[in-house]
Amino acid sequence: MDELAIELKGIDKSFGLVHANKDINLKVRKGTIHGIIGENGAGKSTLMSILYGFYQADRGEILVDGRAIDIRDPNTAITAGIGMVHQHFMLVENFTVLENVMLGAEESWILNAGISRARAELKRLEKEYALDVNPDAVIEELPVGLQQRVEILKALYRRADILILDEPTGVLTPAEADHLFRILEQLKAQGKTIILITHKLREIMAITDEVSVMRRGEMVATRETAKTSVEELAELMVGRRVLLRVEKGEAHPGEVKLSVKNLTVRDSRGVTMVDDVSFDLHAGEIVGIAGVAGNGQSELLEAISGIRRAVSGKVHLGGEAIDVTGHADPAELRWRGLAHVPEDRHHVGLVLKFEESENAILGYHDDPKYRKGFVLDIDAIRADAEANIQKYDIRPPNARLKTANFSGGNQQKIVLAREMERDPDVLIIGQPTRGVDVGAIEFIHKRIIEMRDQGKAVLLVSVELDEIRALSDRILVMFAGRVVGERKPDASEGDLGLLMAGVEGPKEAAE
Amino acid sequence: MDYLQLFLELAQSTVRLSTPLILAALAGLFTERAGVFDIGLEGKMLGGAFAAGCVAFVAQSAMAGLLAAVVVSVLLSLVHGYASITQRGNQIVSGVAINFIVAGSTVILGEAWFRQGGRTPALSEGARFQVIDLPFAEELRGIPLLGPIYADLISGHQALTYIAFLMVPASWWILYRTRFGLRLRAVGENPGAVDTAGISVIWMRYRAVICCGILCGIAGAYLSLAANAGWTKGMTAGKGYIALAALIFAKWRPVPVMFACLLFGFLDAFAIRYQSTPLPLIGKVPVQLMQALPYILTVILLAGFIGKAIPPKAGGVPYVKER
Repeated sequence: MDELAIELKGIDKSFGLVHANKDINLKVRKGTIHGIIGENGAGKSTLMSILYGFYQADRGEILVDGRAIDIRDPNTAITAGIGMVHQHFMLVENFTVLENVMLGAEESWILNAGISRARAELKRLEKEYALDVNPDAVIEELPVGLQQRVEILKALYRRADILILDEPTGVLTPAEADHLFRILEQLKAQGKTIILITHKLREIMAITDEVSVMRRGEMVATRETAKTSVEELAELMVGRRVLLRVEKGEAHPGEVKLSVKNLTVRDSRGVTMVDDVSFDLHAGEIVGIAGVAGNGQSELLEAISGIRRAVSGKVHLGGEAIDVTGHADPAELRWRGLAHVPEDRHHVGLVLKFEESENAILGYHDDPKYRKGFVLDIDAIRADAEANIQKYDIRPPNARLKTANFSGGNQQKIVLAREMERDPDVLIIGQPTRGVDVGAIEFIHKRIIEMRDQGKAVLLVSVELDEIRALSDRILVMFAGRVVGERKPDASEGDLGLLMAGVEGPKEAAE
Repeated sequence: MDYLQLFLELAQSTVRLSTPLILAALAGLFTERAGVFDIGLEGKMLGGAFAAGCVAFVAQSAMAGLLAAVVVSVLLSLVHGYASITQRGNQIVSGVAINFIVAGSTVILGEAWFRQGGRTPALSEGARFQVIDLPFAEELRGIPLLGPIYADLISGHQALTYIAFLMVPASWWILYRTRFGLRLRAVGENPGAVDTAGISVIWMRYRAVICCGILCGIAGAYLSLAANAGWTKGMTAGKGYIALAALIFAKWRPVPVMFACLLFGFLDAFAIRYQSTPLPLIGKVPVQLMQALPYILTVILLAGFIGKAIPPKAGGVPYVKER
């Protein structure tokens, strides 16, 4: 079985300034399950969307079954036998299963003729692949696992031989995920080729025949699953980067500033993202949370800072409770000394259309010192903004410039200046240097350590393992929503990598 | 028999007044189920009515007038489609713009061409749609109850009225029983699903917008060629908005659309019939209040009496492939 189902040659794609796919080559053998693994934002979904004709590559060639095909739209891909199960389901929620399966493949302009055929075909597929679902059920009333099954049925109904699944287990419970894997095995046994995109190493090891690793838009390696290890894959995924060493003295941890007890958070679909997490954060220390992106770090930050409501658990800030399961208010938490640098500065941290000075007071605009009667004291706001620009070396030094016109690093400095200059007790920082140039990284790292040395408690989340190791005094590793281990910053990369992959986690131990 | 006569009179004018509402509301149904909101029903109807009035007068033919109304209304729809589908503009702004452009330009053109002060020349019998008497209407009149209902209520309307009421089941069938309808409803709920199924979202939405134009054109032709003998300025008088209200009231479903339009038509008929007659218990009601009644009721009904009206999920949102 050395025939190729898919071959990609030199696929290149940019979205504006973002180079999502850089000269990608990929070979997928027929009748295998081929995993594509990489962190969030590595370019996996973009690559598959190109294969499915949803986007067009800027350059490159796609071969299906050995023939070069110009896939300009999903229709061409469908005709070529490619089916895709999208990460966010492409289903019409108030349609029935049958209507969704038929959409785009109705056979004739009057529905009735097609309906009976579709019913029969669905029944056959159900039997053949154990994909039972009631054809007359309305999608929005089905659980997520069944909705996904409908997506698979849609592809099979269109006679797909090559099935792409984009992060299929992200929304599933472990039991549903196991069921999905059995279905995939079944499909493989029937001769279908499956491409599985994921950032979860456990899934790759469990089900794939071959695995390709993507990092920052590049395809860095392809391995036979049997001949590789979780450790190797984790390293390939995260990558070895230039080590940024920061001068840092001993930490002198003081009293507990932030205490998190049994915190559980679910996302909007009801999937548990943070699972019974507990830890203490002391004054004068930096605690880093390591983990592959998507293992609950974001939700943890959001729950502590009052943006996302937790299901259960207790959080105390300086000895006083934060109502994380009820009405925790980010503005109020700021006044109580909890500053938050959000992971996504564009969507949460800044209003890009505002002037720099306006962003410099975002969230602190109620401060009496910025008020003059009923109106904002623009002079006071600009004076403060200009002081921060000096202190943080924000360029260009113009408080009246639109924030969108600053570079990523300088935007990040605007957010950091805003949060750090308020003299908080607890500083929560997500991805401090994402999309930030090297010069700014050094500056930001120094500022974070200065905060620690002033006796602030710092909680740091980053997907950059090097950053975590360089800055943290203690490292907590998160996997599948749980804290699966605590390490000193001098722990080896391999050791941390295994923890991040969940290999030593409680879930793996149970299996 | 007095009450029957009264009922028949009211019912017949209800049907007459509902006809343009039904056509316009169904027009809105097609685009809005496809995810393109259209506040410009009013403008398209008015433009259609104007074109019908002009062409019917010049050609002395009602059919030519109808055709002209449909053409003009479809062209206006395509403008709305280009702005909101291709250029991904704001659908409300585009619709409002069309309403204003039509309201102004029809007056200017009408004055320039006919010089009759905001109207097209009165149409002769031959250039208008004629009342159709259904077979045996007179012979069956003698049958108690059913006879007069048949003769006075069901028979005796213009062709466009019958078309409007036939469009109700036809729209239902198109929407729920054809491939076109399935795709149209899907594109208004989740265009991503349509796109990934290999169907062009843009082309689907354009076709829906064209359907809207055709129906609005017929509604306009009804106003100037059937309900009246020519076009007068602003003759739609808010009917496009009432049709939108009926559409929401009916939760974007064809058969309830018909009933909602009949209700609004009835209120209108009632207001006209009783505007100077003293009512029992209340006495004489000011004309203005009677005329405002349909609108007052619209607000009350929409404000709380219909439960939650959930619009098509992708309504008003231009389709952009996510990134």
